[in-house]
Amino acid sequence: MPSELDGSGSARGNAVRWLAAALAPFLGLVLVVLAFWIYGRLFKPDATFLSSFRLALIAKQTAIVGMGALGMTAIIAAGGIDLSVGSLLALSSVCLALGLEQGYPAYVAVLAAIAIAALGGALNGVLITSLRLVPFIVTLGTMLFFRGLAERLADQKKIQAASAPEWLGTLLDPPARGSWALVCDGVWIVLVLGVLLALVLNRTVFGRRLFAIGSSEPTARLCGVPVAATKIQVYALGGAFLGLAGVFQFAELNKQGDPTAGAGLELEVIAAVVIGGGSLSGGRGSVLGSLLGASMMTTLRSGCVFAEVSDPMQKMWIGAIIVGAVAVDRFRQRAA
Amino acid sequence: MNSAAALLELRDIAKRFGATQALDGVSLALAPGEVHALIGENGAGKSTLMKVLAGVESPDAGEMRLAGERYAPRSPAAARKLGVAMIHQELAIAPHLSVEANVLLGAERTSMGVLRRGEQRRIARAALARLGRGELDLERPAGLLPIAEQQIVEIARALASSARVLVLDEPTSSLGAHDVARLFSLVRELAASGLAIVYISHFLEEVSALCTRYTVLRDGRSVASGLLAETSHEQLVRHMVGREMGEMFPRVPHARGEALLEVRGLSGSKKPEELSFTLHRGEILGLAGLVGAGRSEVLRCLYGLDGVVAGSVSGARGLRSPTTPRASIAAGLGFVSEDRKGEGLFLDLSLADNLCATALEPFSRGGLLSLRRRDLRVRERLADLRCKARSPRQAIRELSGGNQQKVAIARLLHQDAEILLLDEPTRGIDVGTKAEIYRWIGELASRGKAVILVSSYLPELMNVCDTLGVLCRGRLVALRPIEEWTREEVMRLAVGA
Repeated sequence: MPSELDGSGSARGNAVRWLAAALAPFLGLVLVVLAFWIYGRLFKPDATFLSSFRLALIAKQTAIVGMGALGMTAIIAAGGIDLSVGSLLALSSVCLALGLEQGYPAYVAVLAAIAIAALGGALNGVLITSLRLVPFIVTLGTMLFFRGLAERLADQKKIQAASAPEWLGTLLDPPARGSWALVCDGVWIVLVLGVLLALVLNRTVFGRRLFAIGSSEPTARLCGVPVAATKIQVYALGGAFLGLAGVFQFAELNKQGDPTAGAGLELEVIAAVVIGGGSLSGGRGSVLGSLLGASMMTTLRSGCVFAEVSDPMQKMWIGAIIVGAVAVDRFRQRAA
Repeated sequence: MNSAAALLELRDIAKRFGATQALDGVSLALAPGEVHALIGENGAGKSTLMKVLAGVESPDAGEMRLAGERYAPRSPAAARKLGVAMIHQELAIAPHLSVEANVLLGAERTSMGVLRRGEQRRIARAALARLGRGELDLERPAGLLPIAEQQIVEIARALASSARVLVLDEPTSSLGAHDVARLFSLVRELAASGLAIVYISHFLEEVSALCTRYTVLRDGRSVASGLLAETSHEQLVRHMVGREMGEMFPRVPHARGEALLEVRGLSGSKKPEELSFTLHRGEILGLAGLVGAGRSEVLRCLYGLDGVVAGSVSGARGLRSPTTPRASIAAGLGFVSEDRKGEGLFLDLSLADNLCATALEPFSRGGLLSLRRRDLRVRERLADLRCKARSPRQAIRELSGGNQQKVAIARLLHQDAEILLLDEPTRGIDVGTKAEIYRWIGELASRGKAVILVSSYLPELMNVCDTLGVLCRGRLVALRPIEEWTREEVMRLAVGA
């Protein structure tokens, strides 16, 4: 921010430094895209990595992970963690399908699904604050609990909600050719919510409290921050984002509620946040970083398919790149 | 000193980090059996010098000799092997491991990878016995021991690796007076047995009581050294700050006003017991006592951080018996914690976040913050306090200890506290900043605020406070105007004699 640069030094030097700092988070994503593009130019003369089809696919996959990463960014900034994200997503998608099946209007079913996931998140928060257990343990438990609940509600089957309105099925579909929208509705929703969340984290009392708790809970208590209430709110907020991710998932599966969806999502979401500069010990995290982290993960996956990397090699590469990306970020932070 | 007799000799040591010349010509000579004081303000280069000695950093220039041989350790392990051991201010104890395992940590005796427990026990026992703690339970997890005993375990670790040079960095900062006395007699015995000891401290009284010679560091240089017996505290302070200090304890005239806080029969869940006193506007009330006497607990109870089991508190602004810090802040109380890093500050956050954490309302409208107005206010505060910082958005981690503490105190001004509860506000900060904080406390009193000051540093209490109370085992045993106290009398009551 320009207001930070009020010290000595030439204005031009400052502008360059500001630009470098502003662009640094994009570096990882740019490198990944560049690598696959060069690979395509060298070895696949008949295809390009940057096709509109592939970009649409990447955007679509990013929407779900990115939505989860938004909530996780707030939770991690507050020094917490939520392992139950995949289960909450499944619970939300199942509830949405059930609601539609029962004949409720689409918007009521959607709001109910989001509210149920938010309640699930709030339950995490209540357990963490009232039992004084570490979030890792509580959400490990609720990860199983919510998964079981989703499976039970769905009777261990996928629920097809054929009666769902068209817009609910096409949230993640690419826009019509030539449309001004460029990317699917889901991505726009993630971007708008991302801007709002960034505003909340940086420019509201609630947001500063999150970072305060994440940085040092004893200090936050000393400063009169309502620690328990704030924590419950942030887990509920994270749940709400997952509720929406569950709605995306429902669209992705062609109007199906799937109780097994989102298994392993927690690891992808956490990886996205830490690649984006979030600290698992709390006090740090950025919305832009997390969304870029999520894009980087899905681009990598898509790129591996493009480059015909075998599935086992794909896993090894992605694992190595996650660790490498975080190490580079930490190094950059220390150097700054 | 005759350099032939020196056990450890440093000559013109220099070390640069990026743009900062951390050390710029440090020379020091240590004789066996000597306790040598190393003093200097924060940022004078003491910790860099320690890192060089311990093998954490290697110097860019200069020479070190240990018993006549060139000494250039590549790592702390190498330094320890050569007989140079450090005891840091923040103890390096593995809390879950036993006393024995801690004493032999990093120097375990093994045969074919298996611990030789018998030998380990013998060595640990012998090292502890040399420190007069042969009776300590070797199986006990070290983390369960009191701090003073943990420190003994660390010194035993140094002895177990046959240290010849022992460096103690601010070893008394978390000890009570009784433990300090025990530590001093121990240090003297170790010196008498031929160890050379470097003693780093901010407390000039301690240094005079314990050490024979001194070296003063300033701006990375050794600027003065000599015999402590021939040097006054004023001279030492002048060497440390490099200018005339005027006075260590500047007096700001202030007068006592009406009662602001009435405490009657207050008992906390841990301590204190049946505490009663009245605090007035413009009054600086000091609390003295040993560690564990319940001084911090008095403040924590009043502020709502510790539970209250009995008694009442009443005062202006609708102040009632404490419930939560949040309610206390609203009632005009402010608290500075003794644990600056763990509880006082948000180390990951910016200076502005830290300064405004207790009161964001002035900049928020409907929950939305105006960062511009916040930064403006923070800038004013920083200027008031002469706090050296680049910008309100600067990370608090980058500031020196003294400047960090200024921010912690500035937070109370920002929230407009009427009653300031200060727990060891000058711990671990340099002389110059200490004097500023004393002046500041005086100015607050002159503006009609009330201050309760807890300190382990008696000269500070004697020179800053108007009223002094002494706590012993959770009870306030005496509360008198400062003129009626002598240091001996304070100590006599504090130890419960």
